[in-house]
Amino acid sequence: MRPGELIAGDRGARSLREGDLARAWAVLEQVMDPEVPVVSVVDLGIVRDLDWRAGHLHLVVTPTYSGCPATEVIEGDIRQALEQAGFAQPALERRLTPAWSTDWISDQGRERLRVYGIAPPQGSASKRSLLGEAPQVCCPQCGSTHTELLSQFGSTACKALYRCRECLEPFDYFKCI
Amino acid sequence: MHNDDLIPYLLLLGDSALIQGQRLCEWCGHAPALEEELALMNVGLDLVGQARNWLEYAAELLDDGRDADALAFRRDERAFHNLLLVEQPNGDFAVTMTKQFLYDAWHLAMLEGLCASSDPRIAGIAAKALKEVTYHLRRSAEWVQRLGGGTDESRRRMLAAIPALWRFTVELSQGSESETRLAAAGIAADPAQVGQAWLAQVSAVFASVELPQPTPASHFYLSGRKGLHTEHLGLLLAEMQFLPRAYPDATW
Repeated sequence: MRPGELIAGDRGARSLREGDLARAWAVLEQVMDPEVPVVSVVDLGIVRDLDWRAGHLHLVVTPTYSGCPATEVIEGDIRQALEQAGFAQPALERRLTPAWSTDWISDQGRERLRVYGIAPPQGSASKRSLLGEAPQVCCPQCGSTHTELLSQFGSTACKALYRCRECLEPFDYFKCI
Repeated sequence: MHNDDLIPYLLLLGDSALIQGQRLCEWCGHAPALEEELALMNVGLDLVGQARNWLEYAAELLDDGRDADALAFRRDERAFHNLLLVEQPNGDFAVTMTKQFLYDAWHLAMLEGLCASSDPRIAGIAAKALKEVTYHLRRSAEWVQRLGGGTDESRRRMLAAIPALWRFTVELSQGSESETRLAAAGIAADPAQVGQAWLAQVSAVFASVELPQPTPASHFYLSGRKGLHTEHLGLLLAEMQFLPRAYPDATW
């Protein structure tokens, strides 16, 4: 799409523009988290907004953790995927507010995490779950609730390390935040 | 005048997170167990990320061409505003976890206050960091309890760690005049409230395993907020800043 086409106010241009946003979302559905390559940036809920500004796609991206080392990689992957799909020079805006929450992970994303072997976050990221009360975490391998926390911090900042006391497998739990 | 107060405050927050994060990274490859290694590095990573958020804001206000990296890697010791506590050497695991706990309790109280800041940029960074620091404090408090109430040896080490670090806590329980001005303007966390919340948290955790709490610390001739540091910061910076100083603008 050329910038000039956006200026035109007729219905044809408008429907094209709406169609392109849907296509852009479809492209983003294919951009996977580099550390959990089964969930997309849309599943994770980190793409907060998508619209057209001055002839270019404008995205708002909210990082998961302040120190997440994947933030730059994800932004680069998003940019590359959109440009390959024909969206020239997409503008990415990094926004901290409101802070990202595991509540924003889609149902599809949760199921994909579980199948991948990572227990999805249980319940909502309320004050209660942050302040101590242990969540009931199901083993992603055998489904047992007979699990125990090994460490609040797992292989990445967003995960805790658990062990299943039924099948004895250790696993990551995507903790509520 | 506003920025004269605000920039040092942002540096207090950013530099403290950065230096605490750098100290944690020194444990890489040396932690007593794999799970602890992961936890120490993850907490360090959170803190370095938070430091970047604070230092980016400070750099924008300074508006002298420096970015967050330049502030982290090209300032000298006297220009750092971090708490004296976080620059102290890691010592044994009791010292490391005591430092972490004393800092986390202060950090959480600060961030809770800052979530209500009238400066939306500060409130946003704080709200994000608060979620992460809640996990940090939970872990470090559990370690203080585990070591303090554990074996004779772990308790002996905690009983040595607390008094060795305690004099630096004067900076956690008391703020500066400029912070009080910022708090009155609705921008900073009220240092008096932070000090009270910090003390209540520390007292409760110490009391739960009968660790003696020293009498309140008093000011001495050093002050992190004024850039007057212990001898340990310069050595830490020499290591942390070596590469960017030796190879300016290196990329990878």
